Amino acid sequence: MPPAADRARAPALAPATAGEPAPAIEVVDLSKRYGDVDAVSQVSFSVAPGEVFAFLGPNGAGKSTTIKILCTLTRPTSGSARVAGYDVLGQPRAVRRRIGLVFQEQTLDQQLTAEENLRFHAVLYRIPRELVASRIDRVLDLVALSERRGDLVSTFSGGMARRLEIARGMLHTPTVIFLDEPTLGLDPQTRALMWEDLLRMRAEEGVTVFLTTHYMDEAEYADRIAIIDRGRLVAMDTPANLKAVVGADSVELQTADDEAAVGALRGAGLDVRRTTDGISIFVDDGEAQVARLIGVAGVPVRKVHVHQPTLDEVFLHFTGREIREGGPGSRSGMVRAWGARRA
Amino acid sequence: MSTTSAPAPRLVDDRVSPGEELRTIAMVWRRELIRFSRTRTRILSGFVQPILFLFVLGWGLSPLVGTTAGFDFKKFVFPGIVAMSVVTTAIFSAMSIVWDREFGFLREMLVAPVSRLSLVLGKTAGGATIATGQGTIMLALAPLIGVHLTVPVVAKVIGIELLMAVSLTAFGVFVASRIQRMESFQVVMQLVLFPMLFLSGAMFPLNGLPTWLTVLTRVNPLTYAVQPLRQVVFAAQDMPLAARLRFPTGITIGGHDLPIGMELGLVAAFAAVFLVLAVRGLGQTE
Repeated sequence: MPPAADRARAPALAPATAGEPAPAIEVVDLSKRYGDVDAVSQVSFSVAPGEVFAFLGPNGAGKSTTIKILCTLTRPTSGSARVAGYDVLGQPRAVRRRIGLVFQEQTLDQQLTAEENLRFHAVLYRIPRELVASRIDRVLDLVALSERRGDLVSTFSGGMARRLEIARGMLHTPTVIFLDEPTLGLDPQTRALMWEDLLRMRAEEGVTVFLTTHYMDEAEYADRIAIIDRGRLVAMDTPANLKAVVGADSVELQTADDEAAVGALRGAGLDVRRTTDGISIFVDDGEAQVARLIGVAGVPVRKVHVHQPTLDEVFLHFTGREIREGGPGSRSGMVRAWGARRA
Repeated sequence: MSTTSAPAPRLVDDRVSPGEELRTIAMVWRRELIRFSRTRTRILSGFVQPILFLFVLGWGLSPLVGTTAGFDFKKFVFPGIVAMSVVTTAIFSAMSIVWDREFGFLREMLVAPVSRLSLVLGKTAGGATIATGQGTIMLALAPLIGVHLTVPVVAKVIGIELLMAVSLTAFGVFVASRIQRMESFQVVMQLVLFPMLFLSGAMFPLNGLPTWLTVLTRVNPLTYAVQPLRQVVFAAQDMPLAARLRFPTGITIGGHDLPIGMELGLVAAFAAVFLVLAVRGLGQTE
C-alpha cells in the first residue's frame, strides 16, 4: 500500500529531456558478457532525480549484473553508464561517494552496535566529523531504530538488520540508493515497513531509488518499472501504463439472462464476450463503469466482479513466462543465475 | 556538483585528503580493537597457549638441555615464547578478514570510496597493536623465569615486537585476501605458520644445526625478528661467556654475523612486500 501522500510528492515520472535536471542514472547500450553468456544485452534507460525505479525480472535475468555495473563493481563489456553525473568507468570513486548500496546479503558487522556500524560507515564515506552524530540520529530516526542504537547487530532480527543497512546506505546523503533484492527473505509486514522507509527517504531527502526485485507486488511501489528478461529490457513504463498495455479492465457479470444482456451491451457498442459462467465486458476504468454497464445490460445482475490486470500478467505478456520461482521455465532461469553469479 | 533538486545537502567531498585516509586507518584500527575486546575467548586463548608452551618446553626440556654457567633452557626459550605469542596473535588477527568476508562486512569496506591501502594499513595496525600487547603482557612472566628486564630493554622489545607484528599481520592479511573459507586459512596457516615458528630459532639455538636445517632457518624471515628480540633480552642478562657461546643470538651467514640493524631491515622489507601484496590481493576480490 503505497502511501498516497508520498506518491503525490513524487517528482515528474517522465524520463529527463532537454531542459529538465540531468538524470540520476543514464545508461546507453550497456552489455556484459560472461564467457559466451549475455548477462546484459544492449540495455538503455535513464532515471530521473527522485524517481523510484524498479528492475523486475526472474533470477538470472541480468538485474544483479546491471546493478553491479552501475555501482562500479563490475565493468561492462560495452556501452556506457553515468550515475549522479559521473561515468562509472572513468570516475568510479566519484560515483561511489554519491551512491548508497544495500546488497542481497547482509554486510553489517554483527559484533558492533548499530551506532558503531554507522560510525564506521561515516568515516569511510568522509562525513565531516561535526556532522556525524546528527546524521546518525537522523537516519536511525528514519528507520525507527533509534531505541536500538546501542545494541549489538547480532541481536537484531533480519528485518531490523535490513532496515539498518538502508539507514547506513542513506548516511552519506547519496544521490542514488541502490538496493539489490532488498526484501528477499523478509516477511510481508517487514517488507511493507521497508517500503515505507524508502518512500519516506525519497520524500524527505530527495534520493533516487533504484532497486531490483522479482516480487511483482513490490514493483507497484515504483514510479517506473523496467522488465528485464534474459539480459534484455522488454518493457519500461509506469505500473499503470504497463498494465494498460496488457489490456483494459474487465467487468464480469453473472445475470438472470446472459443472452439478453450480451445483446443489449453489444447494441451499445461495447466489447463483450461470453464466458463459461457469465459475460465479460472490456472497458477502461472498470470500477467507474459498473453502474452504467448494469443499466445498459437491462437484466437483473446476480454477481459483479471487476478485474484489473496485475503485474504478473504484465510480465507474462512481455516474456511469455510467469515470474514466480518454481513455475515453468524457472529451471533454466536458475541455471543462468548460477552461471552469472559465479562469473 | 549536485544535479538534483533534493532538499538534503549533499556531504560529498571529492578532494584527495591524507587526513581523511588517516581517519579511515584509525577507524579500521579501532574496529579491530573493539572486536578483540568483545571476544573473551580470543583474549584468553592468546595467553593460555604461550604460557602452556613456556611451561611445557621450559620446564620439560630444561633437565634435558641442562644448565650452562647458571643459564638454563627456560631463560633461553622465554624470548622465543614471547615472539611466538606475537606471531600467532598477529596471524589470527589477520584471519578476521576471512570472517569479514563470510559475514559480508568485507564488502562494506571494499565498496567504500577509500583506498585499499588505508584498509590494509588499518587492519594491519589493529592486528599489530593486539599482537604487541599480548607479547608485552607475556613479559610479566619474566621474574618467574629469572629473566631480568629493565625499562630500556622493555622499550626495545616492544619496538621489535611491533615490527614483527606488523610484518606477520601484513603477511596474514595477504593470505586471507586470497582465501575464501576459514578451513582453507587454517590449513594454510598450519603449513606455513608452524614451520616458520619452529624454524625461526624460537625453540632451539641456531648454532650446530645440520646444513639443510641451517639453510631453512636462514631463508625463514621470522628468524630475523626472533633473534634480535632474544639478543636485546640477553644483552641485559648477567651471562657468563660459556652461556653466551652455548646460546648465541646472532645470525651467521657464510661465517659473518649479521648486524641487528640489517636483520630488522630485512623484517621491515618483508613487511613492506606483504603490505603491497595484501593491497593487491584485496584489490582482486571485488
